[in-house]
Amino acid sequence: MFLILTALAAIIATVIWYVKSPDDKYKLGVLSLMFWGATIMWLVDHIMAFASEGGAFFEISTDATMLGVAVVVLALMAWVITLVISDPKGVLKKVLKR
Amino acid sequence: MACFLVPTGEAVITTVVQKIIEKREKKAGSGKAVEITYKWSQRLGWLNKMLWGGSLLLALEHVWHGEITASPPFLTAMQNPQDTATMLHEIATVGVAMAVTITAIWGIMVLVAEVKSKAASKVKAQPAGGA
Repeated sequence: MFLILTALAAIIATVIWYVKSPDDKYKLGVLSLMFWGATIMWLVDHIMAFASEGGAFFEISTDATMLGVAVVVLALMAWVITLVISDPKGVLKKVLKR
Repeated sequence: MACFLVPTGEAVITTVVQKIIEKREKKAGSGKAVEITYKWSQRLGWLNKMLWGGSLLLALEHVWHGEITASPPFLTAMQNPQDTATMLHEIATVGVAMAVTITAIWGIMVLVAEVKSKAASKVKAQPAGGA
């Protein structure tokens, strides 16, 4: 389930990035690449596990869903931290100058 | 078990390479050579973001499943030799496959970007026609 949720988040982030493009003021490119990186890695992991052990390809359970939600939250947190540090609107600068 | 360590290691190397290219770019000033290096530092940035982002999120999954602990040796698979062997096998197979796949996809992204930018510069170079 976390693979599906991460892939969904990657698609949504990429669509928003594309709509806003070429202006990437809010670093949506970073967010979508982060999600795509994790999606590809988990896809490889799932394919290899399925090929060697068989069983269900997707793990559908409450635990896997909660992990997917936690993954999306962590990625959003990392993106927000990147955004605040880079401060594209200069908001932090203005607040600190007061 | 610890498959994300391979992409993390690759991310460290590619980040160092990107920083070196950026330094060269700053030293060189401006011109066509700088444009090319800028292109490469930007494109390496795509790979870095995928590798670091993916590794971070996979690390969370490992913490979630209790495979990473806060105290040494940090990886639960390191507590007995049998699990360590399984972990090393997973690193060598799944971890390497993850890093290779990400790099291959990045290679395709770079190739597409190269073709698109060449096509765009050809359009720019052509004289404006019409009545």
